[in-house]
Order: sequence, then structure tokens, then C-alpha cells
Amino acid sequence: MKNNISLLLTSVYLVFGICLLAFCYVLFGNVVSGWFDFSSVPSKTAIQRTKTTPKSEQVVDGIHLETGLVYAEGFDIVRGTCTACHSAKLVTQNRASREGWKQMLTWMQATQGLWELGEQEPIILDYLATHYAPEAIGRRANIDMKEVEWYILNLEEE
Amino acid sequence: MTKKKKQSAPTRRGFLKQSALTAMSIALGTKVVFANYLPADMLPIALTDATDFFDLKGKHPDLIVLNDRPINAETPPHLLDDALTPNELFFVRNNGIPPKNIDTKTWTLTIEGESARQSKSYTLADLKAKFASYSYDITLECGGNGRKEFNPPAKGNQWNLGAVGCATWTGVRLKDVLQDVGIKSDAVYIGYYGKDTHLSGDAKKVVISRGVPIEKALEEESLIAWEMNGQAIPMLNGYPLRLIFGGYPASASGKWLHKIVIRNKVHDGPKMTGQAYRVPCKPVAPGAKVAEKDMCIIEAMPVKSLITFPKSGATIKLNQTLPIRGHAWAGAKQVTEMHYSIDFGSTWQPCTINAPKNRFAWQHFTANVRFPETGYYEVWARATDSDNIAQPMLLPGWNPKGYLNNACHRIAVKVV
Ligand code: HEC
Repeated sequence: MKNNISLLLTSVYLVFGICLLAFCYVLFGNVVSGWFDFSSVPSKTAIQRTKTTPKSEQVVDGIHLETGLVYAEGFDIVRGTCTACHSAKLVTQNRASREGWKQMLTWMQATQGLWELGEQEPIILDYLATHYAPEAIGRRANIDMKEVEWYILNLEEE
Repeated sequence: MTKKKKQSAPTRRGFLKQSALTAMSIALGTKVVFANYLPADMLPIALTDATDFFDLKGKHPDLIVLNDRPINAETPPHLLDDALTPNELFFVRNNGIPPKNIDTKTWTLTIEGESARQSKSYTLADLKAKFASYSYDITLECGGNGRKEFNPPAKGNQWNLGAVGCATWTGVRLKDVLQDVGIKSDAVYIGYYGKDTHLSGDAKKVVISRGVPIEKALEEESLIAWEMNGQAIPMLNGYPLRLIFGGYPASASGKWLHKIVIRNKVHDGPKMTGQAYRVPCKPVAPGAKVAEKDMCIIEAMPVKSLITFPKSGATIKLNQTLPIRGHAWAGAKQVTEMHYSIDFGSTWQPCTINAPKNRFAWQHFTANVRFPETGYYEVWARATDSDNIAQPMLLPGWNPKGYLNNACHRIAVKVV
């Protein structure tokens, strides 16, 4: 019983703390965010830091595990903007030129409720056009040999 | 675009939203850019407690999930081997968030529109009591199935092979219900509205509202369905009520159906217009820019087939015969011939193909394949429809949104 109460109290403090933080952020968020350069290339220390962060926040082979997005310049902004409505899987599946990406953003702004991106748009477009650019596959690609899982099919012998 | 709203007096909901956005910003380690421009009613889905909308409850764990928010999942070809696709294996193409807390007792379907003689609503019980029910085996295929292969790449979910399935659908004929309401002589189209909600959180935003020409709506096999393979339709496939239109892109078969409008013009709901579910009216070069006025609505899906046994990657011995099987379908037409090739199309051998159970049902094919020597092979399958149109081995005409890829399916086989 006593345990439960202290647990409750802790939670209340915690919630209050978070609210306070959130409130401060509402008031000073613009100022504070200016102190950090979110758009810079993730530094080595940032990558090392992932060792202590939750597994899903880890970056393996340049891929951010939680989202599947390439971890590179512009990642934070792209994550913050492009996972608000749908998951990042819709982004990582697609390949396009910078112009093609621009068209998709324009389409989402015209029809799907995506807001104006202001000065962040070029950062987002650079990120997308660099890491999710099309590859020429010709009129038809080979069966992807890396994807084939070979197995022995058991059949009657004649 | 919504600058005015930004300046309007702060509301309680607006403040709550701002706090939530801020919380998300903290969680994501970045700011939601220009969040102030969000319309007042809009709360992005990442901020709601909607995670339970995005689980694949009732679905097979081996479905390939292309997107988990909204859910888009396809079936690997070897899991489509059943004559009828089991509910748990049927692909899912969601455009938004499925409705929650559905009460089948209060669920209604309303028919209205310029070309309806009246506005009339039916409960599920009304539909069942008032009209005769029918069952048909009907193939549904996503218009974008196969999009993955287009070059230059086409936008959207990168469907590979398995956004297709065939199930027994049970319900009432749409035409019986439309006629009960009364159709004016100027009717040209019907459009649907479902109860799914938009990902942006904007409650007023319609996710998708497509439809079909009135002639299609009046076909015998066009259903308002509540049953799939003898069970309630799975949540992710449109429970408790959906439309079924065979041979059309599956997006015409509206899910979570609660309203049908009879229109005196081509329906103009979201994803009827622009580039959605449209292809260039005339052929274009790969990568071409196509003006919206030059894009035409897709009606019939093309002839296509899938090898469902064996799974790609089979290794067999030279003295063995490889049985292959699968399904073939052809929009509103019938598949009249089925062939396979083990030499990249140099020679084609016939398969046995059976008749469809009814119009719009897929047809099953089988063949026994012998290989001349050991080595790497591909088995390619090719269906031909009743107009003598066959599947291409290469990609068919490129189009901006990557629809209608009906290129031959092939599997890898090793003979040792
Ligand atoms: C306000 C909500 C919202 C935000 C924020 C958003 N999107 Fe989208 N986006 C959508 C909706 C809705 C769709 C359609 C989803 C569907 O059809 O399954 C979509 C579709 C897409 C598609 C598929 C395009 C197509 O033609 O089908 C891509 C790629 C995409 N978004 C990328 C992005 C990127 C990159 C960002 C970040 C800049 C982003 N989205 C941010 C709402 C949003």
C-alpha cells in the first residue's frame, strides 16, 4: 500500500516535471532550439552516444534502427517532419530525384495537410535526394539473387 | 496557406495541441517545423494514442509490411497458393486510420446524391432482411501492385507481387439497393465514403472517396458485402461493410462503407482526381511529365498471373519433375491460355487452366516441368486473355504513379 502511494507520488512528480519542461519549451522552444544546430552532420560523439541509448535509437551501418532512415545530415528534421502522419517506411520505400521529391512534398501540401516547410525544405530535399535517389534498373531487373532463399524441394523421384 | 489561422486567438484545444506538438518535438529531438501552420483541428497521428489502429491483428505474421502507419501489407506469392485467399492472408491497403469501436447495430449505410431520387439509410439488419444476398468469388488487386518494378521509380507504396487475393464475398447486390432508393436517368457514376480518418488528424478531411461508372455499379457481381469467406470481413479489410467491384483497381471497392452517392458526373472525391488511380490516356516515354488533363481513370485491370507453388528458390534433382501451380485473372475478361517458359521466353509450354467459378474469380493453373540439364533456371508464367492479349515479359507502359504492372511472374529454380 505504502509502496503504491510512493509510486503514485513519483509518477505525479514525473508528470509534473514533464509538463513543466513542455511548458518551458512552448515558451522558449524557439530560442532554445536555436542553440543547437540540428542540421549539422551527426558527430562521432553522437554516434557513440547511441551505445547507451535504447536499442531502437541505435544507428547500425548508417541506418537509424527505429525509423529505418539513413542517419546523416538532415536526419533530425526529416524524422521530425516526415513521421508525423505516416511512418518513415513510406519515405524509405520511395526513390526519386530532388525534383521528384519536391513534387511529392507539393502534392502532400496540396492534398494531405502537409504544412509549409520554410527554410527547412531545402535541407529535407537535399537529404532525400542524396539518400533516396533512383537507381537505373532498365526495363526489367534480374531476380534479386540476394533475396532468393535456396531450399531443397522434396519431390518424388521417378 | 493557413496564416490566418495562426493569428486567430489561442483556443484551449490549440494550446493542448501546441503542448503535444512540443512534447513530440522533445521526444523526437527536433521541432515540428512550422507546426503553427497546422489547421486548428489537426493533430498528426504520431501524437494520438492510435497505435492500436496500426496493428496487424487477425493477419498472418508472414505478410510483408510495406508501411505500418497506415498499414499496407502484401502477401508473399507462395502464401497465395490456396484456391481462395484466407482472410488472414489477404493483402491490406489502408489510406488512413480504420474506424474504432464499431457497433454493427447502429452502423448505417446512406444512399444519396444529385442523381438519387431520395436520401435513404439502411442498418445492416435492414440490408440483410430487405434484399436477397449473393456470394461470388472475386479477385481484388491493388492498382499499384507491381509498382516496385517501374523505372524511373513511381511514387507510393512499393508493392511487389502480392497486393492481390481472391475471396468469396457475400452481401447484397448494389443494384438492388440503388434501385430501392431510385436512380435518376442522368446518373453516370457512384462514389463511396468510408469511416476511416485522415492521417493528418484533420477530422474533416476525407481519406479516399472513389467510385465506378453507374453501369459497373449495376452489374450482378457488384456487391455491398459483409462477409468474406463465410466470416465477418477482417477489420483491416473493411469491417463491417464494404463494396466489391471485380476487375477494377481494388481502391474502387470502398471499405468501412457508410455512404454512397449517386452522381450526375464522374465522382470527384479524393483519389478520383489528379494522378491517383489514373494512367496517361496516350502512351508516354518513361519518366515523362504528364498533365492532369491527360490522365485517364483506370477501369479494367489487365491480364496477370502468379506462380504460387513452388516458392522461388526451389532446388530439385535432374531426374525430378517439378509441379508448378498458380492463379491467373484478367479484369472483366477470362484467361483463355496459360503458358510457362524455362528458357526466358524462347519457347513456351502450355499449362492446364480451369474455368473461373464465376466472372471476376481467378483461375487456377498447373503444369509439370522437366529440365534438360543441371543448372540455374527461371520458370516464367504467362497468361493470355479472351481478347488474345498476353502478359508482357518486360514492364508494360511506364506511368507516373506506377499502376498496372502485369509483367510475367518468374521464380528461380536450381537443378542439381
Ligand atoms: C500532414 C501529414 C503528412 C506529413 C507531415 C507528411 N506526409 Fe507524406 N503523406 C501523407 C499522406 C496522407 C500520404 C498518403 C498515404 C497513403 O496513401 O497511404 C502521404 C504519402 C507520402 C508518400 C507516398 C507518395 C505517393 O504518391 O503515394 C511519400 C513518399 C511521403 N508521403 C513522404 C513524406 C515525406 C518525405 C515527408 C516529410 C517531408 C512527409 N511525407 C510528411 C501525409 C503526410
